[in-house]
Amino acid sequence: MKNSEEYLYARDIYGETLVELGKKDPNIVVLDADLSSSTRTVKFGKVFPERFFNFGVAEQNMFATAAGLASCGKTVFVSTFAMFATARALDQIRNTICYNDFNVKIVATHAGITVGEDGSSHQALEDIGFLRCIPNMKIIVPCDAWEAKDAVLAAYNIKGPFYVRLGRAKVPTVKEKKKFVFGKGYILQEGEDIAILACGIMVYFSLKAAQILKEKGIKATVVNLHTIKPLDEELVVEMAKKHKALFVCEEHQVIGGLYSAVCEVLATYHPKKVISIAVKNRFGQSGAPSELLKEYGLTPEDIVNRVEETLQG
Amino acid sequence: MSQKIKELKKIANKIRKLIIQMVSRAGSGHPGGSLSSVEIITCLFFEVMRHNPKDPYWPDRDRFHLSKGHTCPALYAALALCGYFPEEKLWTLRKLGSILQGHPDRRTPGVDVASGSLGQGLSVAVGMALAARLDKKDYRVYCLMGDGEIQEGNIWEAAMSAAHFKLDNLCGIVDYNRFQIDGRVEEVMNLEPLVNKWEAFGWHVISCDGHNIEELLEAFGEAKSIKQKPTVIIAHTVKGKGVSFMEHVVDFHGRAPNEKETKIALEELEKIGKLLEEKNEEF
Repeated sequence: MKNSEEYLYARDIYGETLVELGKKDPNIVVLDADLSSSTRTVKFGKVFPERFFNFGVAEQNMFATAAGLASCGKTVFVSTFAMFATARALDQIRNTICYNDFNVKIVATHAGITVGEDGSSHQALEDIGFLRCIPNMKIIVPCDAWEAKDAVLAAYNIKGPFYVRLGRAKVPTVKEKKKFVFGKGYILQEGEDIAILACGIMVYFSLKAAQILKEKGIKATVVNLHTIKPLDEELVVEMAKKHKALFVCEEHQVIGGLYSAVCEVLATYHPKKVISIAVKNRFGQSGAPSELLKEYGLTPEDIVNRVEETLQG
Repeated sequence: MSQKIKELKKIANKIRKLIIQMVSRAGSGHPGGSLSSVEIITCLFFEVMRHNPKDPYWPDRDRFHLSKGHTCPALYAALALCGYFPEEKLWTLRKLGSILQGHPDRRTPGVDVASGSLGQGLSVAVGMALAARLDKKDYRVYCLMGDGEIQEGNIWEAAMSAAHFKLDNLCGIVDYNRFQIDGRVEEVMNLEPLVNKWEAFGWHVISCDGHNIEELLEAFGEAKSIKQKPTVIIAHTVKGKGVSFMEHVVDFHGRAPNEKETKIALEELEKIGKLLEEKNEEF
């Protein structure tokens, strides 16, 4: 099975999707801040140079300009690294994009610890937390490159501001994927003991973990919660009702991301023990992505360990 | 003095009275910077800009963005006098459910983009100017900035990009009234040499008296004629202009006049109004 696995850059698919959309819709404009070769918006820029604007290393200007373009009816895709797309331009996103409910689609790359060797300054681990509490903002964390395409198309088709979170590294395609519906999570596999809720690259790792757990006699449900906001509350509550414990996996800080979102829902509708597999209030550091996943406790083995500990405890 | 100039002066005086009344009734707000921007806003809305109050979303309208959002009473008064909404609405400023928020937003007819968090407006205007170019439309974009506001780094990012994109359909205006909340601009964070700064960023710069209608109209005319680069008008103004005890007084940046002050201010403005009604060439 391993040999037949497909590994793709989600950002490659993003760049290609932009070109497809650009051909269909002359109203699409794309902005980047000197990272177009990394984010792959350069693909769009080459085909539609008149609708592509490079702002240099000036994210605040880029995001507020996106709002100005959107106020005149443009659908604006804005890309840079997740770190700079959120922290650096947060006021512009909050006050000038989200408050006006403009059609600005932020597709950020290089999110998470798997950025690797560039280290902490470039490993956005708080971005979902920054954006999740802003009204009108919608957030998708796709599990692989093809779901990234679905996410970009959803952002294009649905009115208002979006944040689509992509990584740097090549990611394995999740073969068990279901049809993407914005705002709805889906079950990848069912098991009656515990449920693992995941987003992004952690979906793949959760499936791996479920396989190992199965060998140990623990039956796990694995859910892809690609839409962080609005969260599929119904599915979360259903999972809580059906399982002994819930495990939430994300390549993000434990505070502010999917775990927080899930706990907010369950605290209101169905209080339940929920375990987080995430970065535990630490900054990242340089290293190979695989080493970092281990160091920060985000591997399938880490998930398995947490499940076993919890069930034994 | 031409009839047109006199009419604009009368409108400016009306706007000043409305600002005092609005802020006084609201009990809070920013009269100082509202009063300093009155002639700029009057010239734009009643002479320079192409717009239609009956059709606020007309795609070909010139855009106005108030980057210094806290001085929205001046904008709201101008919009009401233009007919974007009934004048009575002005008395709802800053009240729950009002279309006139403490800082501008899109619930006000005539406001395209919210503002209030300083430093972002010039970027918004750059976006509007780029959209005009993409849509092959000939509308122009005007962006009014505060002097304290342009201490924000975002403004200079926007300035750099507007020149880079050669946005000759964009005209910035700096309301240079020389005061910000904590005191004199030159003491809090000096902007000088301001003309050199904008020129170094690739802009065509015009300095003028921001209360002189003739000079302002001439400046806006010159801005229209400049090609291949954006223009900024550095309008030298007086904070609190038109009300004797508010002029150059930093306290009135963000404080409403009390009942007594309101009465005196309105009396003063009433006097100016009367002189304007008479055939007095001095006004």
